[in-house]
Amino acid sequence: MENIGALALLLAICLSVYSVVVSIVGKLRKNAFLVVSGERAVYAVWGLVTVAAGILVYSLMTGDFRMSYVAAHSDANMALIYRFTAWWGGQEGSLLLWAWILASYSMVVVFTNRRRLRDMMPWVNAVMMTTESFFLLLITLPLSPFKILEAGRGNVVEGAGQGLNPLLQYWTMVIHPPMLYLGYVGFTVPFAFAIGSLITRQPSDSWIATTRRWTLVTWLFQSTGILLGQGWAYAVLGWGGYWAWDPVENASLLPWITATAFLHSVMMQEKKGMMKVWNQVLVAATFFLCIFGTFLTRSGVVSSVHAFAQSSIGTYFVTFLAIGIAGTVFLILDRLPYLKSEANLESVVSRESSFMFNNLILVASCFAVLWGTLFPVISEAVTGEKISVDGPFFNRINIPIGLGLLFLTGVGPLIAWRRSSPESLKRAFMWPSVAGLALMVFLSAFGIYEHPFALMSFGLCLFVTTTIALEFWKGARILQAKNDVGFIPAVIELTHRNTRRYGGYIVHMGIVIMFIGYTGAAFNKDTTRELNVGDTMQFGRYTMKIADVQEGENSNYAWRKMIVDVFSGSREIGRMEPEHRLYKSSQQPTSEVAIQRRLNEDLYLNYPGPSSDGKHEVIQAYIFPLVTWIWIGFWVLLVGTLVCMVPPKIRLSYARTQIVGVTRKEVAQESSNVAKG
Amino acid sequence: MKTYGKFAILVAIIIGVLAWLAVGGVSESKSYYKTIAEVNTMGNQVHGKRLRVSGYVVPGTIVRSGREVRFTIHEDAMKMNVVYTGSEPLPDTFKDESQALADGRMGPDGVFQANKIQAKCASKYEAKPRAANQAGM
Repeated sequence: MENIGALALLLAICLSVYSVVVSIVGKLRKNAFLVVSGERAVYAVWGLVTVAAGILVYSLMTGDFRMSYVAAHSDANMALIYRFTAWWGGQEGSLLLWAWILASYSMVVVFTNRRRLRDMMPWVNAVMMTTESFFLLLITLPLSPFKILEAGRGNVVEGAGQGLNPLLQYWTMVIHPPMLYLGYVGFTVPFAFAIGSLITRQPSDSWIATTRRWTLVTWLFQSTGILLGQGWAYAVLGWGGYWAWDPVENASLLPWITATAFLHSVMMQEKKGMMKVWNQVLVAATFFLCIFGTFLTRSGVVSSVHAFAQSSIGTYFVTFLAIGIAGTVFLILDRLPYLKSEANLESVVSRESSFMFNNLILVASCFAVLWGTLFPVISEAVTGEKISVDGPFFNRINIPIGLGLLFLTGVGPLIAWRRSSPESLKRAFMWPSVAGLALMVFLSAFGIYEHPFALMSFGLCLFVTTTIALEFWKGARILQAKNDVGFIPAVIELTHRNTRRYGGYIVHMGIVIMFIGYTGAAFNKDTTRELNVGDTMQFGRYTMKIADVQEGENSNYAWRKMIVDVFSGSREIGRMEPEHRLYKSSQQPTSEVAIQRRLNEDLYLNYPGPSSDGKHEVIQAYIFPLVTWIWIGFWVLLVGTLVCMVPPKIRLSYARTQIVGVTRKEVAQESSNVAKG
Repeated sequence: MKTYGKFAILVAIIIGVLAWLAVGGVSESKSYYKTIAEVNTMGNQVHGKRLRVSGYVVPGTIVRSGREVRFTIHEDAMKMNVVYTGSEPLPDTFKDESQALADGRMGPDGVFQANKIQAKCASKYEAKPRAANQAGM
C-alpha cells in the first residue's frame, strides 16, 4: 500500500515537472499540442496526488501502525472523524494536504479556462505546477508520509499508536487547518495569473477580472480559518484567549493582511487604472507570505507553542522563496513600462487617497507583525543575542492601526472619487460623527475613559455603523420612492443591483461587530479559588456553588469533572460542568472548559483538577465581556463576502474602461510590437 | 505636485508614529533567550532584564498553591527554581518532564519569577524530528 502511495507521489512530481516544461516550450514554440498536453498533465497530477492522499487516509482510518505517520498521529481508540483529521495532524500529512489542494485548484483553473485566456494560460499553468512540484518534492524526499517504522521490512509493529494531540480533538480543529490551507494555497492562483499577465505583457485588467472572485473566495477561507483558530483557542486552551501573537498565528495573519490590502487596492486599478505596480507587488507578497507562513510553521525557525515541527526542510523553503521572489522582482521591474498609472492623485481628501492610506497602514501592520515575529532571528543575527518580543509589542502597534482602519472603514466608501468638497463631507459625516462622539461621552460617564482605546473603539464602531446604515437607508429610500415597494424589498433590490458595494458594506459591518468583541477584552476579569464540594463563591454578579466532583473513564481518556450551579442574584442561570481529562495513549491532560455564552458577557469556568495537597478543588473563573460578538461578526462577514460574489443585477461600466483603457491598450500593443520587433 | 507633497507629509507622519510605537514596544516587551547555564553566569546583570529560560520540568517538583505554582526546570545538570504567578492557567502540556519556557525576571532570592509559561509535550514533539532524521539518513 505505502509503496503505491510513494510511487504515486513520485509519478506526480514527474508529471508536474513535465507540465511546467511542456507548457513553457509549447508556448514559446507556439505548439498548441504541447500546451494542451501540459494541461492534461494537471489532471493526471491531481489523480495521482488523490491516490496518495487516499492511501494515507485509508491507512489512518484502518490503523496501519507499521507506518510511522499513522503510528505518530492516530490511535485505535480515537473517533473515526479524528482518525481522518490526523491526515493534517502532522508535518508530512499537512504538506500532502497542501499539495492535494493545490492540485485540485490547478485542475479547476485549467478546466474553467480551457477556452479562455489561451495566451496567458501556459504561464499560469507553469507557475501553479512549479509550486506543486516544490511541495511534492518535500513529501517525496525529506518528509515522506509513507515511511515504515524502523525501516525493517516485514517488521510488523502491533500497537495502538500515539494518537492525535488531544488538544486537536475538537470540532473546529477538524476544519480549521483545511480552511487555512484552502486560503493559503488558493493565493497561488491569483499569483499565477499575475505572473502570466506580466510575462505576456498584458498587465491590464484581464487577470484582475479573472481572479477577483477567486481572490474573494480564498480571502474568505483565510478569514474563516483564522476565526476558527480563534474559536478553538478560546474554547479549548483553557484561558479564554483567542489571540496570543504567537508566530504561527502571525504566519496566518500576514497573508490575510496583504490579501485584504489587495482586495481594496484592486478597485483602484479597476476603476481608475492606478496602482498597477502596487497590485502586482501585493499579490506576489501575499503568495510568498503564504509560502513563508508554511515555512514558519513547518521549520521551527521561531519557537512557538504550536511548533509541531522542527526539521530540515527550512533550506528547501528558503531556496524556493529566494528564487521565486527574485524572479518576481525581476519581472515586475522589467515590465514597469506596461504598469504605468492612468490617473493622478488629485486631492488628499478623496476616495483614492483613502484607499492609499488603507493600504499604507495595512502594509505597515503586516510589516510590524512580520518584524515582531522574526525579531528573535533578526536580533540574533545582528547582536548575537536572541531577543523576543510578545503581546505588548504587537498590541501597541496594532491597536492604533486597527482604530485607524476602523476610521477609514467608515470614511473610505463615502468619500468622493478625485476630490471631496467640504459640504459633501459635512453631509456624509455629520450624523455619524455626532453619533460616535455622543456614545463616547455617554460611555465616559460610566468610567470607560480609563480605557481610552476601548472608548475610541466603541465611538468609531458607532460612527462606521451609522455611515453604513445611512448608505442603505438613503439608497433604499430612493428605490422605494421610485418603485413603490416596501423598505425591506428596497434594501434587497439595492444590494442586488450593486452586490460588490453593498456586500462590501456588510463585510465592513462584520468587521465592526468583531471590533466590538475584541474591544470587550479590555474589561476581562478572572479569579482562581480553591474550594471544596458544597462551597460557594462570589465572582462579578455570579454566585457559584460547587455541587459535586465526579470521575470516570472511557477507552480514550480518563475524566474528572466539577459540577457547578451558577446563580445571578437569586436567579439560577444553569449548571456548568468543566472537566479535566487525561488522554491514555499520549498521557496528556486537557481541560474541557465550560462556557456560558451570552451576548453581553461569557462566563468561563476551567477546572484544572485538585490542588497539589489534594485537599481542595481548584476552580478558575473568567468573565469575558462581548466576546460573542466576534463570532457574530464573523457570520456577518461571511454573508457579506458571499453577497459580493453574487453577480450584480446591473452591470456597471466605468468611463475609464471604455475610453482611457482602449487607448492605453493600443499604446501597450504598439510598444509590445516594438519590443517583439 | 502640491497634492503629492501633502500626501507625503501625511504618510511620513503615519510611518513616524508607527515607528515610534514600534521602538517603544520593543523596549517595553523584549525578553532575552538564555539557557540556565547562561543565567547562572550572568551575575548581577541578571536582575535588570526580562528573560526567557527553557528547560525540562524536573518530575515531582510541581507544587500548586492557589495562584502560585512552584517547580524546578533543568537543562542537563543545571537546575533552576521557578515560581509562576501569572493570571493565565498553565497550559495543559505543562507537566513532569515537559519542555517549559519560562518568561519573567530573576527574583532577588534566586528564584525565577515567571509570568508566562509555554510548554511543549516533550515525549511527542521532541522525539519526532530526531526519529525522522534518523530514518532519513
